[in-house]
Amino acid sequence: MCDPIIQVEVIIPTQTKYLNLIGSIGEQIAKDLEDYSGDREALSYHLNLVLTEATANAIKHANYNDPKDTVRITIHIDDQELNIKVYDHGQGFDLEKVDIPDFDHPKEGGMGIFFIRTFMDSVTYTRINDGNVLEIIKYLK
Amino acid sequence: MNANLEKINGYSVVNVLEERIDAHNSAGLKEIFLHLIEQGEADIIVQLDRVRFIDSSGLGALLSGHKNAMAKSGRFILAGCKQQVVSMFELTRLNRIFEIYVDLTEALGSQN
Repeated sequence: MCDPIIQVEVIIPTQTKYLNLIGSIGEQIAKDLEDYSGDREALSYHLNLVLTEATANAIKHANYNDPKDTVRITIHIDDQELNIKVYDHGQGFDLEKVDIPDFDHPKEGGMGIFFIRTFMDSVTYTRINDGNVLEIIKYLK
Repeated sequence: MNANLEKINGYSVVNVLEERIDAHNSAGLKEIFLHLIEQGEADIIVQLDRVRFIDSSGLGALLSGHKNAMAKSGRFILAGCKQQVVSMFELTRLNRIFEIYVDLTEALGSQN
């Protein structure tokens, strides 16, 4: 990655009331992004959505045995790409086994990862020392 | 979930007073629909004119309300949706499932 234009790190308790905060950060970043030639309003919504879904997912998979468990979110933007990492301390899940939703027979769950994949360019989920990291990249050029 | 309820022309109108529906408040919305339907109020109009953001769990809550209302031969109507919210319905093709009207007046005037 090149020198960052914006770098943000947020650590939140594993509580859904913080989703608004995280989503709003993404929305504001999109509004302030210099030299972005695409649809800025759409990017604002998409970043809000992607950060909300990724963080909700991390909270869902969090370690509920630990009331002090946290989710760490980093956002790194340089002139090439926007990189989001969401770290959890839970058991994790298999990203490859998350199928595209069946839109002819829609179910209540399972659309979060679909949104992330739809609006971003790369999504990976990796086991690390004390948990997992969901890494999401959107290329800006 | 911050919402209020009205009864208009036989419909239970749920006015959602939040700007966001996400995993923090979507379960509350789902509960409102379930409670209404359990009470025999299966004709529901959901006013979404204040909502400018909805995530997958919010869509899930609406889908749950729709399925439960249909199971009781009711109607489940969405009114006043902002373009961002409509775009989410289109992306997930839920616009083919939900009855969507521009506003409450149009929803109330619609025929089954």
